[in-house]
Amino acid sequence: MFACLHGQGNLTALAFEFSPTVERTAPLAGRQEGTVTLDASGLDRLFGLPQDVAAALARRAAEVRVKANIALAANPDAAICAARGFAGVSVIPQGDEGKFLGTLPLAVLAPTPELQETLERWGIRRFQELAALPPLGIAERLGPQGLRLRELARGEAERKLVPLEEPLHFEDEIEMEYPVELLEPLAFVLSRLLNGLATRLATRGLATDEMRLRLKLENRSAHERTLRLPVPSTDTKAFLKLWQLDLAAHPPQAPVVHVWMGVSPVKPQAAQGGLFVLAAPEPVKLELTLARIRSIVGEGRAGTPELLDTHRPNSFRMTPIVAHALVRAASRLVSTHLVLRIFRPPRAARVAIASGQPSFIAAEGIRGKVLELAGPWRTSGDWWTVDPWSRDEWDIALSDGALYRLYCDPRGWFVEGSYD
Amino acid sequence: METAVLKQEFESVLGGHLDWQSRPAPERVRSGISEVDAATGGLPRGCLTEIFGPASSGRTSLLVSILAEATARDEVCALVDAEDAFDPTSAAAAGVRLERLLWVRSAHNAEHALKAADLLIQGGGFGLVAMDLGDTHPETARRISLTSWFRLRRAVENTPTVLVAVARQSNAKTCASLMLECKRERIAWSGETRLLRAIEVRVASTHRSKACSPVFTAKAI
Repeated sequence: MFACLHGQGNLTALAFEFSPTVERTAPLAGRQEGTVTLDASGLDRLFGLPQDVAAALARRAAEVRVKANIALAANPDAAICAARGFAGVSVIPQGDEGKFLGTLPLAVLAPTPELQETLERWGIRRFQELAALPPLGIAERLGPQGLRLRELARGEAERKLVPLEEPLHFEDEIEMEYPVELLEPLAFVLSRLLNGLATRLATRGLATDEMRLRLKLENRSAHERTLRLPVPSTDTKAFLKLWQLDLAAHPPQAPVVHVWMGVSPVKPQAAQGGLFVLAAPEPVKLELTLARIRSIVGEGRAGTPELLDTHRPNSFRMTPIVAHALVRAASRLVSTHLVLRIFRPPRAARVAIASGQPSFIAAEGIRGKVLELAGPWRTSGDWWTVDPWSRDEWDIALSDGALYRLYCDPRGWFVEGSYD
Repeated sequence: METAVLKQEFESVLGGHLDWQSRPAPERVRSGISEVDAATGGLPRGCLTEIFGPASSGRTSLLVSILAEATARDEVCALVDAEDAFDPTSAAAAGVRLERLLWVRSAHNAEHALKAADLLIQGGGFGLVAMDLGDTHPETARRISLTSWFRLRRAVENTPTVLVAVARQSNAKTCASLMLECKRERIAWSGETRLLRAIEVRVASTHRSKACSPVFTAKAI
């Protein structure tokens, strides 16, 4: 059984409420009416007789303010002709399509102008007149187009619908009854939105790796936040906690009156674990842990250090850790190296010089006589840029028992760190 | 009473007295320094290992060696750096795969470092979690209650994570399963060329059953 909606309004959305197989037969164009056909088989189990299905469609159309003619028939083309030709609700009994459609004018079938002119010259103006013509004669005089028109006029045309892809917009919004000031009650609203969106994603076998939140505030401003996940997921508990931590770190400036949330649908990541696969932090859980840690230590202070392609000392940047990308790297030679503990920022030092070498150092938390030293080690770089650097380094053993790296640059003397 | 009966029945079926109290020995992993591994048997998983010693005693070199070894095993490691003192350049030169390292820079706050370490252990999945309190003032480190250390020990128990803490003195006391005390033995200078060449470090290992003191040399890069 097929149903056809012909009229104005959001016909597609209405059709999708009843069936996943929807064909946009003719799109809405300005004031011109649109036509949408849907596969209504199976709806009888929900609503009962075809008349009840048609009534349910009409009721829902009235609710969503869609003005449309509704027709139900055994084949889509008969339903389309009936919806275009008859006002209101039409239910065509199976087998009686030709009889039911017989009174309709041929213009409903939208024949080509040449074909219409020919048929008018023959005195054929209605479906029943075309349906009564012999098929062989039509084939000889009008060709396959004529035969197709005759089939449509008899209500015998069989075809499959060309289904329309349901638009994948995963968005939801809630208008508050009263402005929400605290984050805790807001969390309940977010939870509701997240659960709804996650369910919609899960029913289509999708997940998300990006969530957007738009809060309309009482002072008429908007507060927008975006959360990106390292891997696609539908874990609503983790999402909610991430939003709570994010909003605690970046709270809205006024009470919230409207909440809108949208998620980007993506295919979920499929990875099969194994007995001998190395354990790594679960990506979404790690993201949650990192969000919690960031709320303690501050933004941008947790990540993976990435060395920059420069000789400038202490040059690195923090990047997000990608723990799930378990790519086995070539084994690297591990050897025991003496490493430096950096003082951030470098400690400005007062240095006494004897025979051109440092002999006494005083800096924050460091004070002592230089017992042994090596240097200077002269380095410079970036002289071709606007930010050049140059310095002389010494490694020194102080009387306090520690080994330090001391350097002198145009700004003065500094202790960079201690060897440990 | 029922438990005792059950134990008796088990022992009669299996034949002989069974040791119900002792737990299986934890798996041990290499530290990257063969001398230390030979002396201690490696670092225990699911336990707290404490490395301590004064400044420039080779503690950080030992820690970085442990990190390099763990990342070479393709494990994801975390370093909670209480004083923001980690040098990625030295670490990369020592063989640490930085892309497998999560570096948490707690800005001179030991309490934050403790919380972060706790969260990382609870999160799970890390092969090694290291907490560097090496430059934290001894009094501040001493103020960390034994309960906090005990909480960390409990959190890491029954996980495959190696928990390492670095400080100037031993703070975790009985909560640590292995304590490694570093002492600098000798400094090697390069004379007029590139500065400091190496330091020789003696590691005094305080283990429940045995005490040993291997020596290793950390060479300058």
